Amino acid sequence: MSVKSPITTEVITEAQRQIRICNACRYCEGYCSVFPAINRQRQFATGDIIQLANLCHNCQGCYHACQYIEPHEFKINLPQSLANVRVESWQTHSIPSFFAIRFQQSGVAIAAILVIAIALFIITLQNLNTTDGNGFYAYMSHSMMVLMFTPLFIAPLIIIAAMLKRYWQTINGKPIRLTHVQQAISSAATMKNLSGGQGQGCNYEAGDRFTNKRRWFHQATMFGFLLCFASTATATILHYVFQLPAPYPLLSLPKLLGLPGGILLVIGCAGLAWLKVKANPDLGATSVRGGEMAFILLLGLTGATGLLLYFATGTSLVPVLLAIHLGTVLSLFILMPYSKMVHGFFRLAALIHDAQQKAR
Amino acid sequence: MILAGKHDTKMNSQTLNLTTTTWDVIVVGGGNAALCAAIEAASTGATVLLLEGAPPVYRGGNSRHTRNFRCMHKGPLSNLTDTYHIDEYFDDLIRVTKGQTDEKLAKLAIAESEACLPWMEAQGIRFQPSLSGTLSLSRTNAFFLGGGKALVNALYNTAEDLGVTVQYNAMVEKLIIKNSRFESLQLNINEQRHSIVGKSIVLASGGFQSNLDWLAQAWGPAARNFLIRGTPYNKGVVLKNMLDQGAQSVGDPTQCHAVAIDGRAPKFDGGIVTRLDCVPFSVVVNKSAHRFYDEGEDVWPKRYAIWGRLVAAQEDQIAYAIIDSKSVDLFMPSVFPAIQADTLDKLAQQLGLNEKALTDTVEQFNNACQTGDFHPTELDGLRTHGLELPKTNWARPVNKPPFYGYPLRPGVTFTYLGLKINETAQVMTDLDTPFKNIWAAGEIMAGNVLGQGYLAGFGMTIGTVFGRKAGQEAARHVS
Ligand SMILES: Cc1cc2nc3c(=O)[nH]c(=O)nc-3n(C[C@H](O)[C@H](O)[C@H](O)COP(=O)(O)OP(=O)(O)OC[C@H]3O[C@@H](n4cnc5c(N)ncnc54)[C@H](O)[C@@H]3O)c2cc1C
Ligand code: SF4
Ligand code: SF4
Repeated sequence: MSVKSPITTEVITEAQRQIRICNACRYCEGYCSVFPAINRQRQFATGDIIQLANLCHNCQGCYHACQYIEPHEFKINLPQSLANVRVESWQTHSIPSFFAIRFQQSGVAIAAILVIAIALFIITLQNLNTTDGNGFYAYMSHSMMVLMFTPLFIAPLIIIAAMLKRYWQTINGKPIRLTHVQQAISSAATMKNLSGGQGQGCNYEAGDRFTNKRRWFHQATMFGFLLCFASTATATILHYVFQLPAPYPLLSLPKLLGLPGGILLVIGCAGLAWLKVKANPDLGATSVRGGEMAFILLLGLTGATGLLLYFATGTSLVPVLLAIHLGTVLSLFILMPYSKMVHGFFRLAALIHDAQQKAR
Repeated sequence: MILAGKHDTKMNSQTLNLTTTTWDVIVVGGGNAALCAAIEAASTGATVLLLEGAPPVYRGGNSRHTRNFRCMHKGPLSNLTDTYHIDEYFDDLIRVTKGQTDEKLAKLAIAESEACLPWMEAQGIRFQPSLSGTLSLSRTNAFFLGGGKALVNALYNTAEDLGVTVQYNAMVEKLIIKNSRFESLQLNINEQRHSIVGKSIVLASGGFQSNLDWLAQAWGPAARNFLIRGTPYNKGVVLKNMLDQGAQSVGDPTQCHAVAIDGRAPKFDGGIVTRLDCVPFSVVVNKSAHRFYDEGEDVWPKRYAIWGRLVAAQEDQIAYAIIDSKSVDLFMPSVFPAIQADTLDKLAQQLGLNEKALTDTVEQFNNACQTGDFHPTELDGLRTHGLELPKTNWARPVNKPPFYGYPLRPGVTFTYLGLKINETAQVMTDLDTPFKNIWAAGEIMAGNVLGQGYLAGFGMTIGTVFGRKAGQEAARHVS
């Protein structure tokens, strides 16, 4: 059974047109996983195109190597065409898709969510009874925090799981084996598809020259985020399983994970934002540029406010910083299914499917 | 408007600089041969000006359409397997050119091709395993990662890093030569005439295949229906100007390398994707729906180059490959979808062929097919019986709907006429003496070694070897 995807037909038709040309050419075969996947087929249904789009990491190598870019009548711009499909695929697989369209396209909408979330925390903190507890919990009890966060943490994850299930139906995915997942994770961990095929990196901020900057900043962001996530998770475990509430000393798991995580996240996001300013917007999905930029800044802000909070421990700045930090984290989670954040989940799914296809 | 204005002033200061400098080495052209020359010259410290007739987006001439170069190697080298010795390479060349080659220059190109590969890597060019569908070339031809445009980009970046001045939209029109010595040139930059002075010059501006008038002189009016597979900027202006000023020519002026490509391809610059590999599995007919050549004479890589001329000889320079659903997936995917119909009648209508004539031809053909084993990838000897014009391999009846048709037209790759050079790539005069400070490289002199036929990947070898040589020699001349 396959889910009908209400994705715009023009976007799909345009990608089909370009991919047909690439399949007759094949010059870009060595850059990434997209072209070998194209070469395995002759006809490309909507699901196939959506899979290819999510496999594409927008390294832009194939654009600069293409002898058929505009004004040539073949008008090849595969990075942009696939980006358009990709973004629409996240939107149409999202629940509700209206949210995704809104937040992916509009940085203002993201900022609005952020402001509301911060305000919410300021109000909550002001009206809280804060007599017991140490550190953060002097301002907001841990139970209160958990009560507020748990549903907001869990709901986006459930939505994303549902989205991925729909994606898997769209692309006609097969039952997953461990080796597929291993291959996918190793590809994501090394950002193989931004390596240019031979480690020279991608074309992004420096025209047709190759650099690894985007790869490095992306990995800093990704690993930074994962470390921060792990830090929060270990803190939760320490709190509930070992009855060890925050604040934690420097030589504790939450800090050892969180501190470098926060630093990496800030560096990564600042770098990605900087590169995005220098890059040519016409090689990506222009409709979501604002939303993507705002999302990077939000992600960076999450790390930055977390770090600030750490350094401000014991000062009177803590309540304000705490509200801001919690506001960014909350926004991030709420926006997870509706922002650029979903790309990670879809990429991983696409990589798993690609591993399946290769194995056939 | 403001942007355009700023751009103009920048242009003007660059052109001012161009016209007031006496350049050590001027390189005409912006493809592989030109870039190799410019890089070699600039690495000696010479001041180098590269004049590319095309705008930036179309820079790189036919080189940007290429995918590999043919490289001699005494042992495994980069992605190249096994060995490919000078003798085998030379034999291959003799076979395709039927001996029409300057042996000394040919052997020089072959011998130096081996050192070219690491040199190219040092200039930022990357190689990849041979592309899917081209396994037969994995021993002899080194494939560029990303193809020729990626190669061209790498070379431009290296040239710019070495301080080469690059001027785009710069169409060279005329060289001023006195007593076999180049003094200056006239060119057109954005519709404005300028004169530029240099101490030496390398000519690497390609052949004349996109000059339809010139092609028509050689081929007759039929040439106007030819499609040009590469850049529209190679009109042979510099070649003609040199021949008019007493340069010695090589190569047959009436010949060009042409293959049968998809008739719906763009007039220029359709490149590699417009090729069609369906002929061996088809019945190919002309405008009157008659067959005109054995479609199964040999494996396609050995035959594709003659079909350009075959189609060129048909009425209106067009032919149609007719296949059925049994065979439609047996060859590399085509850039345009095949024209499809449920019956041959309907297919004939869509192709603009006489319905009865086409069904008669196909029926006759089908009746002549024999039973036997069909092997798409080798000569299977599955031939027709009783036809005046047989099909000698892969002859299966065209009878399983839906039916498919592809229009075919001649697609010109390059022309053979060029400038005669000596072993240091110096251009020769009619008197068999060299011009003192004029060198040539690439397509403009390929006729010295490729008098006829074509050896896949040899064009880029010629450009790289003689481009480098020309650049080194020109720089040495001024040092
Ligand atoms: C579709 C296609 C595929 C090919 N594939 C291969 C392959 O895989 N391997 C291979 O070895 N060969 C291949 N060839 C042949 C190969 O392209 C040529 O042999 C090679 O590119 C020649 O290099 P060049 O630098 O001499 O010419 P070009 O690359 O054509 O460069 C000529 C340059 O001169 C410029 N120019 C022309 N006139 C003027 C002027 N008056 N003033 C200033 N500039 C001017 C042009 O703009 C262009 O930049 C292919 C050709 C085509 C058409
Ligand atoms: S992007 Fe261009 S060069 Fe690359 S495979 Fe597609 S058509 Fe060929
Ligand atoms: S942009 Fe990069 S990852 Fe995407 S298809 Fe092109 S080469 Fe592959």
